[in-house]
Amino acid sequence: MTTLPLKDNTGENPSQRAQLILNHTSFGSVTDDILKGNECPKPPRSWYIALAISFSMMSMLGVMIGYLIFTGVGVWGNNNPVAWGYPIVNFVFWVGIGHAGTLISAILFLFRQKWRTAINRFAEAMTIFAVICAGTFPGIHIGRAWLAYWLFPIPNQMDMWPQFRSPLLWDVFAVGTYFTVSLLFWYLGMIPDLATMRDRANSKVKAIAYGIASLGWRGSMRHWHRYERAYLLLAALATPLVLSVHSVVSFDFAVSQLPGWHTTIFPPYFVAGAIFSGFAMVMTLAIPARELWGLKNFITTRHLENMCKVVLLTGSMVGYAYSMEFFIAWYSGEIYESFTFINRAFGPYGWAYWIMVSCNVITPQIFWFKKARTNIAIIFTASLLVNVGMWFERFVIVVTSLANDFLPSSWGMYEPTYVDVLTFLGSFGLFMTFFLLFIRYLPVLAIAELKAIMPEADPHGHGHSYNEMEGETDASAKEMEEGE
Amino acid sequence: MSEVPSTTVAREDLFGLAAEFTTTPGIYHAAEKTRAAGYTWFDCNVPFPVHGLDRAMGVKMTILPVFVFFGGLTGLILACILQVFTNSLQIDLWALVPVVGYQFEVSGKPLIGPAAFVPVAFEMTVLFSALTAVFGTFFLNKLPMFYHPVLKCPQLARATDDRFYLVIEAKDPKFSLAEVEAFLHTLEPESVIALEK
Repeated sequence: MTTLPLKDNTGENPSQRAQLILNHTSFGSVTDDILKGNECPKPPRSWYIALAISFSMMSMLGVMIGYLIFTGVGVWGNNNPVAWGYPIVNFVFWVGIGHAGTLISAILFLFRQKWRTAINRFAEAMTIFAVICAGTFPGIHIGRAWLAYWLFPIPNQMDMWPQFRSPLLWDVFAVGTYFTVSLLFWYLGMIPDLATMRDRANSKVKAIAYGIASLGWRGSMRHWHRYERAYLLLAALATPLVLSVHSVVSFDFAVSQLPGWHTTIFPPYFVAGAIFSGFAMVMTLAIPARELWGLKNFITTRHLENMCKVVLLTGSMVGYAYSMEFFIAWYSGEIYESFTFINRAFGPYGWAYWIMVSCNVITPQIFWFKKARTNIAIIFTASLLVNVGMWFERFVIVVTSLANDFLPSSWGMYEPTYVDVLTFLGSFGLFMTFFLLFIRYLPVLAIAELKAIMPEADPHGHGHSYNEMEGETDASAKEMEEGE
Repeated sequence: MSEVPSTTVAREDLFGLAAEFTTTPGIYHAAEKTRAAGYTWFDCNVPFPVHGLDRAMGVKMTILPVFVFFGGLTGLILACILQVFTNSLQIDLWALVPVVGYQFEVSGKPLIGPAAFVPVAFEMTVLFSALTAVFGTFFLNKLPMFYHPVLKCPQLARATDDRFYLVIEAKDPKFSLAEVEAFLHTLEPESVIALEK
């Protein structure tokens, strides 16, 4: 248990907040410090060990998918009535994880939250890898995976088109758009940093590879002008997008007639849950990454504390949604709805419900205390528990509603098989393999953006620059008015 | 201020002269002065967007938002056409080419249900806007461009790290080697570098 020094941290007085970048006063040293993990000839041994484990798990995922495709969906525990089971639980889980990245890069950008700069790059990377994991599951869940292209509106000899009045097709468009826009946002942000790596490359191969990836970026201010405009536009576009994606995912449930699914609270509740789980995953990855890669000067306690506050807020929103669902089930006077909720908490899957409540509602409440928000061990444990809790939330929603719906004669219990479990574990392998390769071969923090928030970056020499949320000084405000 | 650029590069091979600065106020004031001196073909190569430098250089507001608006509009219209066509349309082009959508009745719901078309229309609008924003930036910035005098000169490699360069190009109508060199020296740069085409 290590408690970090409080001077690095958000002070009681907002005007005396800790610096966002510690121990650096020159731009060059920032570049050196961030890229030392990429430029050192050999990464730490723990990186190789983690990669070996992740790669083995990813291979296991491949084997399981192969087994599934060659044998059929009978290898899973999915049955009638629980036709969705693990694959859809995992899909919703991974899509939810993917929400923090775009939230950090887009919404916090529009809100001028300068601290986001240190975590946005790898949160965006996490988003992309999580959405890849998410996309795998519906693709294999359709049963005949070789017909997955039927999801897309492709002209064909059967004169057959997808059903645009179905939420499942909305999902294809929402997740597809989300993946594409997140990828563009990530790549656009990375171009200047790839150019930095190109100019510092110590081998021909690296110089060519980073050179191609950076498209010949040369830091021209005329380019930066359009680039900044494009970045702002993408942030403005991604903001409604990130809110829409998990809303659309929740429509998969809410548009059906099933008790426990057919509720109007689902879109905001799913979005809050997604941000909650996404931030928990960012912290789960950020804490080991800042230790191993030596990024403590950039991902400071202040950043972790801010993330804890977001987790506390969204966790409380999720807790509110759980209680409101229960209240409405009772208040509606609907017997099926009331039964479903009592059955969730006290029925055969009650254990899953109480894991969900204790991880998602009770655990984050510890972040009311500053001691907890600045203690690495507590933050890490809590973020892991939130990840577990959010997986169980999706399990509870998907399985309990399907297992016990209207007619007791059509009820049925669901049990996952080993293939289900190994496929899910394998998706973590896929996620971590991509993530480990990313932190080794791509700029792990947004180098150019971080330099821009340093006090030294202010061309007018006020020193406060972008670092704090203070208003512009009178002189610069006047200048801005004149400029426009 | 040690180098004498006129001796390093032949005049016909000269792309321009670069002045190197180490601080953001340095490049900012240099850009203001360069603009005031009447040069038009100049640029700043900087490791991050220096706040207000584009205004100091007199860079005009980009047309990109207009591109993005029309990109989004295209996405919206395409999504509407796609959904209406595939779910309900039936037209005969001169009775020769029957074009029929996939008219699939589900629990008596109308074939054209505007409410059901909203999510896909929204997503397609965002998708096309985002694609236009990114590829529009590449197009306006003329990227990818793998050869450029600024990239060729190893002395300017730190433009992506911690140095700020102001480049006045030889094609500027006011460009004269001696004058520009003297002018750049008045800006108090670290050094002045000649760039080869």
